[in-house]
Amino acid sequence: MKTYQNIVLGALLSGIFMVAAIVSFVWIPYDIESLNIAERMRPPTMVHPLGTDHFGRDILSMVMVGARTSIAVALVAVGIGMGLGVPLGLAAAAQKGSLLDEIIGRGNDLVFAFPSLLIAILITATFGPSALNAIIAIGIFNVPVFARLTRGSALSLWKREFIMAAQVSGKNTVRISVEHILPNLSNLLIVQGTIQFSLAILAEAALSYVGLGAQPPTPSWGRMLADSQTMISLAPHLALAPGLAIVFTVLGLNLLGDGLRDVFDPRLRRERT
Amino acid sequence: MTLLRIENLSLKIRGIPILNDISMSLDEGRVLGVIGESGSGKSMTAFSILQLLPKGSTTTGRLCVDGLDTLEASEEDLCKMRGNDVSIVFQEPMTALNPLKNIGQQVAESILIHEPNTKRSDALERAQEALQRCELPASRFPTTLYPHELSGGQRQRVVIALAIALRPKLLIADEPTTALDVTTQAEILGLLKRLVEEDGMGLLLISHDLAVVADMADDIVIMKDGQIVESGAAASIFQELKHPYTRALYEASSHVPERTQQSARRPLLTVRDVVRDYQLPRRSLFSAPEHFRAVDHVSFEVFKGESVGLVGESGCGKSTLTRAILGLEQIQEGEVFLNGTVIQHGKQMKHSLRRQMQAVFQDPYGSFNPRHHVGRLISEPLHLLGEAMTTIDKQETIAAALRAVGLTSDDQYKYIHEFSGGQRQRIAIARALIVEPELILLDEATSALDVSIRAQILDLLADLATTRGLTYLFISHDLSVVRSITDRVLVMSAGKIVEEGATNDVFERPRHAYTKELIAASPTLP
Amino acid sequence: MTRYILTRLSSLLISLVIASIVIFGLIEIIPGDPAAFMLGINAQEDTIDALRAELGLDASPIARYFAWVSGMVTGDFGTSYTYRTPVTEMIAERLWISLPLALIALALSTLIAFPVGILAASKRGSITDTVIMGFTQLGVAIPNFWFAMLMVLVFAINLRWFSAGGFPGWDDGLFAGLKALTLPAISLALPQASILARVMRSALIDTLDEDFMRTARAKGLTQRQAIRRHALRNAMIPVLTIIGLQFSFLLAGAIIIENVFFLPGLGRLIFQAISQRDLIVVESVVMLLVFAVIVVNFAVDIAYALVDPRLRRKA
Repeated sequence: MKTYQNIVLGALLSGIFMVAAIVSFVWIPYDIESLNIAERMRPPTMVHPLGTDHFGRDILSMVMVGARTSIAVALVAVGIGMGLGVPLGLAAAAQKGSLLDEIIGRGNDLVFAFPSLLIAILITATFGPSALNAIIAIGIFNVPVFARLTRGSALSLWKREFIMAAQVSGKNTVRISVEHILPNLSNLLIVQGTIQFSLAILAEAALSYVGLGAQPPTPSWGRMLADSQTMISLAPHLALAPGLAIVFTVLGLNLLGDGLRDVFDPRLRRERT
Repeated sequence: MTLLRIENLSLKIRGIPILNDISMSLDEGRVLGVIGESGSGKSMTAFSILQLLPKGSTTTGRLCVDGLDTLEASEEDLCKMRGNDVSIVFQEPMTALNPLKNIGQQVAESILIHEPNTKRSDALERAQEALQRCELPASRFPTTLYPHELSGGQRQRVVIALAIALRPKLLIADEPTTALDVTTQAEILGLLKRLVEEDGMGLLLISHDLAVVADMADDIVIMKDGQIVESGAAASIFQELKHPYTRALYEASSHVPERTQQSARRPLLTVRDVVRDYQLPRRSLFSAPEHFRAVDHVSFEVFKGESVGLVGESGCGKSTLTRAILGLEQIQEGEVFLNGTVIQHGKQMKHSLRRQMQAVFQDPYGSFNPRHHVGRLISEPLHLLGEAMTTIDKQETIAAALRAVGLTSDDQYKYIHEFSGGQRQRIAIARALIVEPELILLDEATSALDVSIRAQILDLLADLATTRGLTYLFISHDLSVVRSITDRVLVMSAGKIVEEGATNDVFERPRHAYTKELIAASPTLP
Repeated sequence: MTRYILTRLSSLLISLVIASIVIFGLIEIIPGDPAAFMLGINAQEDTIDALRAELGLDASPIARYFAWVSGMVTGDFGTSYTYRTPVTEMIAERLWISLPLALIALALSTLIAFPVGILAASKRGSITDTVIMGFTQLGVAIPNFWFAMLMVLVFAINLRWFSAGGFPGWDDGLFAGLKALTLPAISLALPQASILARVMRSALIDTLDEDFMRTARAKGLTQRQAIRRHALRNAMIPVLTIIGLQFSFLLAGAIIIENVFFLPGLGRLIFQAISQRDLIVVESVVMLLVFAVIVVNFAVDIAYALVDPRLRRKA
């Protein structure tokens, strides 16, 4: 019962911001490209529900467009992590102990030594800062996460008798990986994907906060927080809206992930019945 | 004097009735055997005695251990009782010990809890004595060893040592040998018997295995679905077989299916001089890696229409050999032929060859992909036939295979979790049958089943062999099963086939010392 | 045990070598001509040539790589282009802020997470557990730099208990230095403590379900004794993994948090270096941080072996 509450609450919280991001493509309350200095740093009112920033831009509109950047960067980065990590993990598990397995394992260890921030620093030093930079940095960091998870779980599946039965049925390694291993990992990957998505939102916020992510004038939540910092004693509301947007999105995704894990995990299911 | 008295004990866990009106009693120095199939509530009876029940349990009735009513006693009194007056030995020795503490510490802990004034060095000394009593001599098994450095049987001795360190009045043994090999089982049972005699303990021996209990117990309780079906002195229970369930259990345990297999002198499977080496991790960077020889120059033949048994204890190499025959394992030397065609190891096997040989595995729960419905599961080998099938033909083939194993054609639309263990094993057989192979490898195919279900599956296999002229290679550690269903038997030990012959000859007149030991160790029904 | 340490040590060395190649390649090979890159678009051809000569860029990449590595091994990280001072000195000075910050945060996070996680696990399903899990769920979701900003708002601007940023230097006494690091360390530690507490709780709950816990209870231990003597050490194995991972997050986090509090640590150094295109500083600091992460992971591997006898078997 509590599990489904988590899922509903999590989906609602994170869903609000996804919807806001999509809506922002067709409609936002105010134009954010033109500046209106006369209306700058207004506290929340009926006209501007979240107030205005130091250029007089509507913060609600900024948060909506910022959602687009944060969510897009995080989604693509996790996509890269999954798209590369899962096949690598499957291949490593299918050929356990082989040279390929060894190389993938070593590569994983190596990438873990570079937190995504350091990767972003390196890429920025070479190519200059951009949103793409953030995507690559977070994406690279996600590859070993998924590769490890996939390899570990696939290895325990390879020991199961139904895989042996499939081998006796004449299925080759690739078909077994695709038909039997992958579907049995899907729950796990959905859960981990949700959690990595939330971590990626946090990472994107941190990178754009230090100026290694999306560049102005593209708004992003981290960038908005960085801009608000010098004015925090004068206008604390500037820091509140984007910060809460990050917290709610991440919290929602985590609740969703935990709820899904409880539903999928057969061990917990058995306990409940 | 009565040590344990259980009167009208009922147990519910979260509202679900588990035990219903159980009564039994046990005197000092006696052995009470509790027999039941899975789900009979026999282990929960043991946990009730110690009051180590899962959360949400409610018990009614009376349960007196040496004058203490454990249903009423305080947690403090229970802690004083556990390990001191009453001890327990569990089924799974591999996980029953803390992997991070050495065996001396773990045995000494039993002593230190109940006698906190003991000096640590004295406790360790007494732990050493307890281990010694359990036949782990100090010279070979110092207290500084960790559980992972011991075999399953040795770990079970440590568990027994920590149970008897304080010489309890009552020892509960919950399936103490189920996870062990038959020779180890015989040793552990002998050890328990000796300790009971020496200390005058009462022993509550819980098992699914009639033969194990029959050898040991003075009195017997037979349980089914949380109730006691029959109880009495061991001798009379087996002589009279009054209750129908007892009789059914007894007959299933010694069941011999009727077979009329016709074997030809044409070799179907030929294993010639097969060797399988595993490379062990290097001891140091510079030394050459060492090898472990799992299968050591094994040769044998299986003739068309025959039923051959391959018996051996865990680690003897029979699983590796099975995988090698199935072409799933690299081999270093030798060849395997199926119908005269050589099996190329480590390569994808030709479909026409693969379809001649199928397998049924041990675990009825693990051998199916839980996400596919039964129709898809059993039709998985169909692609080996090489011809495209229409959906209708395919459904008809699946239905025929299901009917052949005693299920209905509608079962193909269900998922595997809707079936019981015995039904699942039938589905596994259907999957093997669907491409009409000549040879079926049965890898411990009945080992995970309760005796009554096992008897049914053995009958089904015997029946299929007669009607379809199938050839079986039965790989099992269970001598009674192999004896009941095979014509010829191969005995494997340490990677080698040590004895081979007609099943009856080998069992009646074993020649090799290992076979003799194996047969002597197997418990038999009176 | 010795063999275990040796294999771990050799894999540490391999990781270091590969990491250094990756960093060197990304910074000095891929951009083409580092000298031109560092000077920007408007630089004169002869200034670029002069810098190229000064940096020794005329040598082959392989020779330059070995020069860089052998310099680092002897403690010489080269000379900063913008500041004209040895990079080693700059790093040493700033390490005295970043390292204490990361270590204090790690200690704080562990000290908070352990008791909280153990409490939640041993009262699984209770109100206490639910409340703790709710708070950690929130803690995991809060970005540390935003949390830091809120702390500045509350404790520095409104309550005036701490200064909003800057660092007086250790010369002003230990207390002044620690006071300046308090808010940064707390804002780094709390989100990490939330993660660690959750891991501690679930690791402990998993251990509580193990068979050997039943054996311990059957010996006559109370639930509390059984947790203390048998469950905790077993639960430490996954917890250690997370502590190791957290150190690298804390280092990275420290770089960001230094920005919030205007602390002159490695983080400020590296961002200044990026904006001034001082590649030599960037590459040295990144290498140093990666080195720290790899060494910590090695330490975690050793800690595993100390906890778990199965890893230190002699065979």
